[in-house]
Amino acid sequence: MSADSLIGGNLLSIEDLSADGLAEVLEVAESFVEVNGRSVKKIPVLKGRVIASLFFEESTRTRLSFETAAKRLSADVLSLAVASSSVKKGESLKDTIETIEALGIDAVVLRHRSSGAAHQVSRWVKEAKVINAGDGTHEHPSQALIDLFTVRRAVAERRGVDSRGSGLALLAGARVLIIGDIVHSRVARSEMLAYAKAGAQVRVIGPGTLVPGNVEIYGAERAENLDVELAEADVVSLLRMQEERGSGRFVPSLHEFSTLYGIDERRARLIRDDAVITHPGPMVRGVEVSSLVADDPRMVVREQVTNGVPIRMAILFLALSTRGEMVNV
Amino acid sequence: MSETTIIQGGTLVLPDTTMKADIIIRDHVIAELGDGLDVPAGATVLNAEGAYVGPAFVDLHAHLREPGGEAAETVATGAAAGVKGGYSALVAMPNTVPAIDSVPVAAHVLELGRRSMLEVVPAGAITLGRRGEHLAPMGELAALGLTFFTDDGTGVQNAGLMRRALLYAKGLGLTLAQHCEDESLAGAGCMNASALSSRLGLAGRPAIAEEAMVARDLLLAQDTGARLHVLHLSTARSLAMVREAQARGVAVTAEVTPHHFTLTEESCAGYDPTFKVHPPLRGSTDVEALRIGLHAGYIDAVATDHAPHAPEMKERPFDEAAPGMLGLETAFSLTLEALGGGEADPVLLFKVLSRTPAHIANLTRHDQRRHGLSAHGGDLSIGTDANLVIVDTSTRSVVNRHDLASLARNTPYEGRSLIGAVRHTVVAGTVALRDGEFTR
Ligand SMILES: [Zn+2]
Repeated sequence: MSADSLIGGNLLSIEDLSADGLAEVLEVAESFVEVNGRSVKKIPVLKGRVIASLFFEESTRTRLSFETAAKRLSADVLSLAVASSSVKKGESLKDTIETIEALGIDAVVLRHRSSGAAHQVSRWVKEAKVINAGDGTHEHPSQALIDLFTVRRAVAERRGVDSRGSGLALLAGARVLIIGDIVHSRVARSEMLAYAKAGAQVRVIGPGTLVPGNVEIYGAERAENLDVELAEADVVSLLRMQEERGSGRFVPSLHEFSTLYGIDERRARLIRDDAVITHPGPMVRGVEVSSLVADDPRMVVREQVTNGVPIRMAILFLALSTRGEMVNV
Repeated sequence: MSETTIIQGGTLVLPDTTMKADIIIRDHVIAELGDGLDVPAGATVLNAEGAYVGPAFVDLHAHLREPGGEAAETVATGAAAGVKGGYSALVAMPNTVPAIDSVPVAAHVLELGRRSMLEVVPAGAITLGRRGEHLAPMGELAALGLTFFTDDGTGVQNAGLMRRALLYAKGLGLTLAQHCEDESLAGAGCMNASALSSRLGLAGRPAIAEEAMVARDLLLAQDTGARLHVLHLSTARSLAMVREAQARGVAVTAEVTPHHFTLTEESCAGYDPTFKVHPPLRGSTDVEALRIGLHAGYIDAVATDHAPHAPEMKERPFDEAAPGMLGLETAFSLTLEALGGGEADPVLLFKVLSRTPAHIANLTRHDQRRHGLSAHGGDLSIGTDANLVIVDTSTRSVVNRHDLASLARNTPYEGRSLIGAVRHTVVAGTVALRDGEFTR
């Protein structure tokens, strides 16, 4: 077990995990895929534990994914519909967290519109583990883990090998191309860090206003020619244009963005047949991808959604475990 | 009947040299100077052995929050923090609610100041409500004795309006002080724009947002001939531009804050809003340039930008938290540290903390017209107003936010060991702080 394992810890950033710790999450998730295939999809490993799901920014799919994961592990879920709670009436984030923790919880799954909210909450809680379900434009570590997991399984399938027990071998050396609004994307930050940690070659491309000037700090490189990059990529990661974060103001129009960086049928033909195309969803047809391409067989969007549950089961399970007493699943 | 005080055994810091001498204060002024003076009957004795005696400090940049922000600070508590920090005069920033943009509000703050432990001179707003649209009644406010005007909190964004304000201020002999950050560049940024802000997912306030407005205002000041003061300058390039303009004879002065020459943007890495401030904490290259500039005497004044906030304004996500940090009670020690601690040049120390800021704020003359405000930043000569501070430069103490005189607790130096201590503060001939304790 490596030092930077998720066991008994918080998941605030991909940087909380070493490469071994990252591989560990993927392996544990594989075992939960098997659980999800059973007729009775529930295992009692977190029975009696309470997980609070605090979504200060609505995201039905992420919230449902985490809550489903918690329930499959037999944990009790305390779901706070924050949009309609006292938080809106001016109660501070700190007060809300202290109140929730006083109810006796073991973990907080936090989604917040502000970068760093999960870090701050991790300082305010006494015992509870904190799982970052997306903070502002900072990180969305569980999504990146889902993406790596999905890509690992897709590559294994294409090569006719078993993904289980493969560690990071199927990801190492892979050429990953991330396209679009990097600046406002927490998924892009977590993906760059996670793919780089897994040994992949990460390249990013997008409008000059939407690619940070220093992607090397994430272990990535900036690319210039989309057509050339598409032809070489093993993994193409599309990002949603973050309209609510104002990314529309960074390009003249979504139409122009789509013309320059969207994946239309012509660009789709440049992508290799054995490449994997990911999108964290929800997909905006006609912006990042044309309608036809959205249904391309190389797209693994549906698998990403499905894999959300086992990955989040693995995250909750590991964070609430203690070293040495890991239950067999 | 006024008190008599003797300051014994200290080293006086004069404008260009130091001298061992005792001081006797009588009738609010320095009455006698000399070695081994006899203790007058009934006099309060202030021990200055091993300490420097100089003009008490003058802060060009204190947010005292009253009226409107009494949950964070009041003029009384801000003044107490000032006295503890060695100050005899504070320029109170006008970003109160309502803003200090009218005679009644300015008169109210002056009156609150008269009842406080030190002398408070409000800065007036340049524009009504600090909205950057219409000139505030600078002439009416000047009649109350205000000479320093600023929209601090923000800068005057519109270049045409700033030019008009400079021309108008020049006609009245006033100084305009600018918070230099172009909002179209700083936007919703909440820390320095850098690789670190990108990594943290926090929107950045780039150095260029400050530098573009510094450059603009230096040109406007030169063009109009008006006096300009650059508030809380925070980058190497801003400093270089100001120095270059000064060399050309532009009537510009600049201040730096202790936090900008002490803390780097790395402090923001843990998303603790205590370290959120505008302009933001910069990278180590800028911090080092400011320290070098301060040490070389290139910087006119150290000002605190003392910005108290109630806890609930800081216990928030970083991007939503209020910008600003406390400064009055730590500025002396941090300036001393930057100038070399025990090896610091005392003349330069008192120049940047007292004499030059007093000059910039027009506080060097005893002025009856200004409601009896006394003279600050003096040369310690006989007959001058006794605004004095006695400081140790070798003792060390650890900052504990619960010990602060300020009502607020948002110090970024919690737990930090600081060199030097303010031993006594004398305001207009009255001992306000003795051995680090308030006298009343
Ligand atoms: Zn300011």
